[in-house]
Amino acid sequence: MKIQMTVNGADTSADVEPRLLLAHYLRDTLGLKATNIGCDTTSCGACTVLMDGESVKSCTVLAVQADEASVQTMEGLSPDADSLHPMAAAFHAEHGLQCGFCTPGMVMAAVSLLEENPRPSEREVREGLEGNLCRCTGYHNIVRAVLVASGQDPDAVTGGGHAEEAASGGVEVAPGFSTGSGA
Amino acid sequence: MSIMGTRVIRTEDPLFLSRGATYTDDLTDERLIGALHLTLVRSPLAHARITSVAVDEARAAPGVVAVVTGAEVDMAPALLFGGANKAMVRSFLAADKVRFVGEPVVAVLTEEAYQGQDAADLVEVDYDPLPAVIDLHAAATDEVLLFEDAGTNTSNGFGLDAEFDEHLFDDCEVVVTREITNQRLAAASLETRAASAVWTDGRYTLWCSTQAPQSARDEVAGWLGVDSAQVHVITPDVGGGFGAKIGADPEFALVAWLARHTGRPVRWHESRSENMTGMVQGRSQAQTVTIGGNRDGDVLAYRLDVLADAGAYPRLGAVLPLFTRMMAPGVYDIGKVESRARVLVTTTTSIAAYRGAGRPEATAAIERAMDLFAAEIGKDPVEVRRRNLIKPEQFPFTTKGGAPYDTGEYANALDKVLDAAGYPELRAEQKARRERGEVVQLGIGVSVFVEITGGGAFSEDAAVEVHPDGTVTVLTGTSPHGQGHATAWAMLASEHLGIGLDKITVKHGDTDLVPRGSGTMGSRSLQTGGVAVYQAAGELVELAKQRAADLLEANADDLDVADGRVSVRGTDSGVTLAQLAESEPLRVDTNFDSGAPCFPFGAHLAVVEVDVESGKAVVDRIITVDDAGPVLNPVLAEGQRHGGIAQGISQALLEEVVYDEDGNPLTATFADYAFPSAAELPSFTLLDMATPTHVNPMGVKGIGEAGTIGATPAVQSAVIDAVSHLGVRHIDMPTSPLRVWTAINAAAVEGAQ
Amino acid sequence: MIPVGFEYVRPDSVDGALALLAEHGEDATILAGGHSILPVMKLRLAAPELVIDIGRLAELNYVRVDGDGDDSWVAIGAGTRHRTVESSDVVAAEVPLLAAVARTVGDPQIRHRGTLGGSLAHADPASDLPAAVLALGGTVVLRSPRGERSVPITGFYTGVFSSVKEPDELIVEVRVPRTGAGSGWAYEKFTRRANDWAIVAVAVVDGRVGMVNMGPTPLRASATEAALAEGASIADAAALADQGTDPTGDLTATKEYRRHLARVLTKRALTTAAGA
Repeated sequence: MKIQMTVNGADTSADVEPRLLLAHYLRDTLGLKATNIGCDTTSCGACTVLMDGESVKSCTVLAVQADEASVQTMEGLSPDADSLHPMAAAFHAEHGLQCGFCTPGMVMAAVSLLEENPRPSEREVREGLEGNLCRCTGYHNIVRAVLVASGQDPDAVTGGGHAEEAASGGVEVAPGFSTGSGA
Repeated sequence: MSIMGTRVIRTEDPLFLSRGATYTDDLTDERLIGALHLTLVRSPLAHARITSVAVDEARAAPGVVAVVTGAEVDMAPALLFGGANKAMVRSFLAADKVRFVGEPVVAVLTEEAYQGQDAADLVEVDYDPLPAVIDLHAAATDEVLLFEDAGTNTSNGFGLDAEFDEHLFDDCEVVVTREITNQRLAAASLETRAASAVWTDGRYTLWCSTQAPQSARDEVAGWLGVDSAQVHVITPDVGGGFGAKIGADPEFALVAWLARHTGRPVRWHESRSENMTGMVQGRSQAQTVTIGGNRDGDVLAYRLDVLADAGAYPRLGAVLPLFTRMMAPGVYDIGKVESRARVLVTTTTSIAAYRGAGRPEATAAIERAMDLFAAEIGKDPVEVRRRNLIKPEQFPFTTKGGAPYDTGEYANALDKVLDAAGYPELRAEQKARRERGEVVQLGIGVSVFVEITGGGAFSEDAAVEVHPDGTVTVLTGTSPHGQGHATAWAMLASEHLGIGLDKITVKHGDTDLVPRGSGTMGSRSLQTGGVAVYQAAGELVELAKQRAADLLEANADDLDVADGRVSVRGTDSGVTLAQLAESEPLRVDTNFDSGAPCFPFGAHLAVVEVDVESGKAVVDRIITVDDAGPVLNPVLAEGQRHGGIAQGISQALLEEVVYDEDGNPLTATFADYAFPSAAELPSFTLLDMATPTHVNPMGVKGIGEAGTIGATPAVQSAVIDAVSHLGVRHIDMPTSPLRVWTAINAAAVEGAQ
Repeated sequence: MIPVGFEYVRPDSVDGALALLAEHGEDATILAGGHSILPVMKLRLAAPELVIDIGRLAELNYVRVDGDGDDSWVAIGAGTRHRTVESSDVVAAEVPLLAAVARTVGDPQIRHRGTLGGSLAHADPASDLPAAVLALGGTVVLRSPRGERSVPITGFYTGVFSSVKEPDELIVEVRVPRTGAGSGWAYEKFTRRANDWAIVAVAVVDGRVGMVNMGPTPLRASATEAALAEGASIADAAALADQGTDPTGDLTATKEYRRHLARVLTKRALTTAAGA
């Protein structure tokens, strides 16, 4: 099937098998190798790219689904290594990457997160990145990087520590799984 | 001003953050143009005889170039760990028998990657199932043998020759014994395994994702039955290893063999589902700890009895109990210590190194034992620990396990974390919550640990060369996969040469360029390879001075090197290092051999909240001292600590590779194998402490594994502490909600009786 | 991992999709966001011959209030993405429970793609949204070339991954009663990790209780609801939450643990909803 999409601002097109995953279209058809594939189950987020401005896991999107869409990968964020996008620059400054494999997906998820929530708390950053796994950094410096990229001082933004601010008051429960109205 | 000890952000990152790194599967090397794609058909059964393999249909599938079975592979089955029982060899493709789910059986080579799975689905293998062997105690009975020729499931052992001393605990008022499990973990590096190979002019070129290219070269050459000179290993960027990518995997040799067999380049990149059964895993020990002492809190005797899992084919994991035994008494001065370990094969994925590799198992055991002992005599576990610590004036200290500890300030480390945490206030808060009967209880866990770094290989090569254009090349036998050597090693060279980091390139991972090296593992890089680079740069300075002395007609002793220039002290006379490199190469090749490992130490304090109704534990704070001696680059050292802490928390709370009784893996995807996202972790509090070692001239020790060694028992202990008032004494890791809830219920039933 | 090959069509209308479904029946599958079906296809647990992509049909993407006065409800197009549901002002004002539950589905990337209709159609007992719609007393609107029918969610599910939806039918709309922002509601989702499937979850709204993963389908805690209606205390009513349930045991939870969690989470959700 013939598809066309804008990738990092450039028009691309190809005749592809319907089963071709967007991640493979980017990597193999277009040769954009920054986007990595780390799992089979939509769990790790290494393949995260922006599709029409929103983060998606490109291993769980068919290339044909992205037909006529605008896609951005990490390569499209920064023109070159000397002029990094603010998010990439923050990852650099805060040592938000080690082996680098999760990084392209993590950076794109973080860009999408700030798009939806420009000044997140520490907890909101952590929950906003719940779809991206990193095995190297323990996330400590990734969280700092995203806070820096949002224009905040990571040393000042505690976001209430680890405890979640539940939508309801009153009931003492362990953090991480409560949502409610409190009527 | 010295660059050492300063916060230099990584020079490798701008590329990683713009174009991305280049991992093995990203390679566009022209030698790989037209490469075939390898898809492996893997065993769906844990233990079975192969009765037939039908490949005709697969051979006829679109794009298929070759389908290769075990009978066609002429590499001899290999013993993957030299110290194992000699009958426990693995075939590169199983022909007669499979011994774990995920063992490769048939190789399918296709023109396009997408054709591989389609063709592989058409391969039909018939199996005659055999009983699985999962439990270590069951394995030890030898009722079902994995290798009939071996006549036993015991691969090897440590300390098995002598009987335990039946009088070991005779002097003790109190003796506590318990079996605890150090569960099996998957390294789960985000990059799975990958290899590509081409065979040209009688030589194999193998690109692979490894932590140790030189040993990968030697292993692959050995398996192929060729000289090491006939194998050239190139390691592109590596997406994490954590011990599981030390050396080569059998699949790498298969890729190389297939490249020669087909006459085409071959590429292989496994899926995550394959990785979760195919790549080596870590830990997996059944430990029986016995600890004894008096009611004042003096620990007098300790025994550690280990059954260690080797998986189906013994690999590096079979030797790691050596470290577990060596580090058994940890930071404590215990009069009588004995230990032994039996290494057993089971019908599971092979066990090898995983961050900490033998030492977290030792620390988890002794720290758990200290808690159990403290609980039994009704004393604060922190005070019991403090009372038994080896004192600073006792160093150098050789333990009953035979470990020659270099330096240690254990009590200081403990005090630092207690002070930073506000230990008395935490205990008061815990008491208040208990009195109020709150649903969310507080738990405090403390570990004091010592580990061994650079324990496997003490020697490392390095070369430093200044080029006529003023740039510098550093060659190292260490092999980073996220640690930041490109930055750190450049700092070491820059310190001596006074040349900026932007002009210094660190090269590694190409066995033609760096023929000797031991790679990056066991937290060894800085204390071996880093020191070697530092030494090489220092020697280069001396060489430059000698050359400049002739040129400048000065005494070498009157020369200084700064900013890449040799100058006569107190004059304007001088020559740049670059100029000195014009007439003949200005290069030093050197070797550093420490001759001994280091024993870094620290203390971790974890504060967890446990919901006693649901059993869910959440880490609220973790505060750590990880003393690795002087720190070259705090940014990198902190990063190593962060990552290790996260993995330690994860072992304590979440992770476990699980098999059912038939040997089917139940955690073979990232949906089922739970390691944390950012949402499950807090930010970490790191405290500084730097006690130098004397085993290398920089005084530096390893830092890579401290987190998994210190954090794991601290968090486990904190979870148990949170529910100890309900009568709970122990919960195996991972302390999952189900396990915590079950333990609370069991304690309630016990308490009612 | 990649799917088995298939044909792909992207009809430009619901009617076009229905015609294709009618023609190909069980050999075809509907693809909206793809976050239920594509993972299954990649693992080769499903291999449809035809994939019908309805992901771009604007006629399935809306959130609005339909009906008049007391007889009005919130109508959500089946193709509406979780992200839209969680951030919709209409949903926030009229059925805040649904927005809160949508916010707990998967992770942000999944919520950018996954759809309400897809989640309901997949019929996974571990899914969040079916139990929420159940607690809300919602209705699923199915359309086929034979016509349109409305099925109360209470009668929609028949088992694990199965419902009364015929092979030629498509979920086109989900209707939920307006509870208003002032209603008492809560969602208690118990997981190991933030983006894991629920081990157990409980949705409460106006005294109705929907449970996730307590049986082959989403379930109402009928005994709890009845006890509440008769004036029982929250603690007493919640203690009945697992009555009549038959949860499975797996890696993360035994049957008995799930039953316990259902009681605990129900108590917490009811307490939160009551504003206590």
